[in-house]
Amino acid sequence: MTIAYGLAVPRTSESSGGIDTTDLRPGLGDPVHDSQRFFRKLLSAMAQPGRPVELPGAPEGPVPLDPATAAAALTLLDLDAPLWIDWIADTPQLRAYLKFHCGCPIVERSQTAAFGLITDPEHMPRLALFAQGSDQYPDRAASLLLQVPSLEGGPAVTLSGPGIRDSAVFAPDGLPDWFWNDWRLNAGQFPLGVDVFFTCGDRVVGLPRSILAEG
Amino acid sequence: MGASLSEAGGQAGPAPAARQRWMSVLAKARLGELEEAWQGLDDKPAYDWLRLPEIGMVMVRARTGGTGGQFNLGQMTVTRCALRLASGEAGLGYVQGRAKRHAELAAVFDALLQDAARRPVLEQDVIAPLAAAHAARRDDRSRKANATKVNFFTLVRGENDQ
Amino acid sequence: MYVAVKGGEQAILNSHKLIAEERRGDTAVPELSLAQIKEQMQLAVDRVMTEGSLYDRDLAALAIKQAQGDLMEAIFLLRAYRTTLARFGESLPIETAGMALRRRISAAYKDLPGGQVLGPSYDYTHRLLDFALAAEEGVGAPEAESAESGIEAAIPRVTDILNHEGLIEEEIALDDAAPVGDLTREPLRFPAERDLRLQNLARGDEGFLLALGYSTQRGYGRNHPFAGEIRLGEVAVEFVPEELGFAIEIGEITVTECQMINQFAGSAERPPQFTRGYGLSFGHCERKTMAMALVDRALRARELDESIEYPAQDEEFVLYHSDNVEASGFVQHLKLPHYVDFQSELQLIRSLRKRHAQDRREAAE
Repeated sequence: MTIAYGLAVPRTSESSGGIDTTDLRPGLGDPVHDSQRFFRKLLSAMAQPGRPVELPGAPEGPVPLDPATAAAALTLLDLDAPLWIDWIADTPQLRAYLKFHCGCPIVERSQTAAFGLITDPEHMPRLALFAQGSDQYPDRAASLLLQVPSLEGGPAVTLSGPGIRDSAVFAPDGLPDWFWNDWRLNAGQFPLGVDVFFTCGDRVVGLPRSILAEG
Repeated sequence: MGASLSEAGGQAGPAPAARQRWMSVLAKARLGELEEAWQGLDDKPAYDWLRLPEIGMVMVRARTGGTGGQFNLGQMTVTRCALRLASGEAGLGYVQGRAKRHAELAAVFDALLQDAARRPVLEQDVIAPLAAAHAARRDDRSRKANATKVNFFTLVRGENDQ
Repeated sequence: MYVAVKGGEQAILNSHKLIAEERRGDTAVPELSLAQIKEQMQLAVDRVMTEGSLYDRDLAALAIKQAQGDLMEAIFLLRAYRTTLARFGESLPIETAGMALRRRISAAYKDLPGGQVLGPSYDYTHRLLDFALAAEEGVGAPEAESAESGIEAAIPRVTDILNHEGLIEEEIALDDAAPVGDLTREPLRFPAERDLRLQNLARGDEGFLLALGYSTQRGYGRNHPFAGEIRLGEVAVEFVPEELGFAIEIGEITVTECQMINQFAGSAERPPQFTRGYGLSFGHCERKTMAMALVDRALRARELDESIEYPAQDEEFVLYHSDNVEASGFVQHLKLPHYVDFQSELQLIRSLRKRHAQDRREAAE
């Protein structure tokens, strides 16, 4: 028997010690409909790579999450979605927020996560350190919520591929030097490889593994 | 005090075992009984939702042969919610079935019971009667079952010694 | 191959209206309430919950009403509804030794601690139609006898009593932290271990398992079973909310448990001893749990080093065909338009017939 993402933590025997709700921020105001609305927006972002999509009404999450990052997290994460978070985001408040509202397990090894939450892109792990999927189950690759300081003004790349007529220019700021080189490798192993949601403020840009980025 | 859902212990907080017990009693109570207890409260508290009542499922686990390795038997519907009283205590409701009002009342009483000043009265006026009603239902079923217990008569065969 | 065929829309809408009318039946007869189904069709509700794999008496009653009493359709409805709900987590393993017993019998031991409690069962009825139930005025409010006191708490299982002599294999949780297979999360793969097999059998079709269990008794499987113990009653479900970090009871469910005891001649590693098969269901599904226990034991052939010769021992055969939602879907999909498929088959048959006739002519010449 295989377990997706190699996560094999029986929740029942875990002594989680509970969740501290003292400073807990509220989640989505209308959990069902808000998450449906945001999910649709996230789908649009993936369907039209490189084009910023607004998430109106995105909730104020705990520091350091931008509203778009919080909205994506609350929409996409649940009990079956093991999450890896980077060191800046890994605070007791954020853990409590995600555990309470999403119930997602938080894992230590990026390779075992279904989602990666990155708020300090400059020091993020290389893309190959996240789950890449397998030939049998390419869907088991990780999706990254990558919060950047700005969706514009960084080094520009030209995107092409499904969902883009001709080409699109994308210039997120704050990425590490190696990012677009890693992306070439990532896109080169299609149908395997990670997908990325770039978030900033209340906007999100989708970048699926099927997209080529020329620098 | 008592602002955390997991708050159990500390100086004013209840022991986990006590909270575990009253939450179990509240979950197994009938909705009508809980409504009655709520109506009977003199000062009904105001509260804000931490989590609106939400219907979901819990996978019921069992063990092979009753004692062996675990397996998944099937799921059950469960309703949960979390709320915070104006006085700060956070209450949690997890109850079987699609039962938003039941979960809400269970959470309110869970929060109220964390207030050391109110606890003794609530234990006596709410929790004890709910537990007794549950025990009575259980006893009724058990006595009816016991009436169907077989008393074997063993026939003695062979010669009788005088 | 299927082709989109337009034009059936109005017909389908009208079919929905027709089924609504048929479901209601003669309006001179009072409409059935869900409470009536829940209270007076309890065993149907139990079966739908067990095979629908969702414990919710109200929803099962609704499904039965909606399906006009077609239990397999009701099971399908419940399974479909289930997919709309989020999962909060897994319970702690239910403790069947601590069951509030309503029935408990053993066919292996007469004088067992705790005694034989017959409970509510049709086993001891005459199977004669009871026309009193057909009376206009109904049956009123029948009252059961009540003993002075209840059954003592926590009556040990028969299998646990036998364990003391070492005559029966023990069921021990070797690694309680090991992940538990879950068919609702991962597709079935082979070889399937006992956790997956039991989950599959628990939601498997009662008729299919009954026939397979029966086949093992009739010689299609080396099985010499005794009903070690059957018990029915209520168990508490304990759950650890992540918010709390400790377990609370969230409710009580009714379950039926069957422990079958089977002869085992022993293998190179194991001395002769009794082996076990296990059946467990939601509600009161006694026949189902007995059949499940027989099939569970038969499927342990690989683990017990027995030769696999019969259908009930073949895990692929059993586990792939036990689910009535899957089975009924695949059988009934034959009702979908296969017009293009059939046209091509028709052409093929025509050309083959032509060639056949030609061959015969040539042979005759």
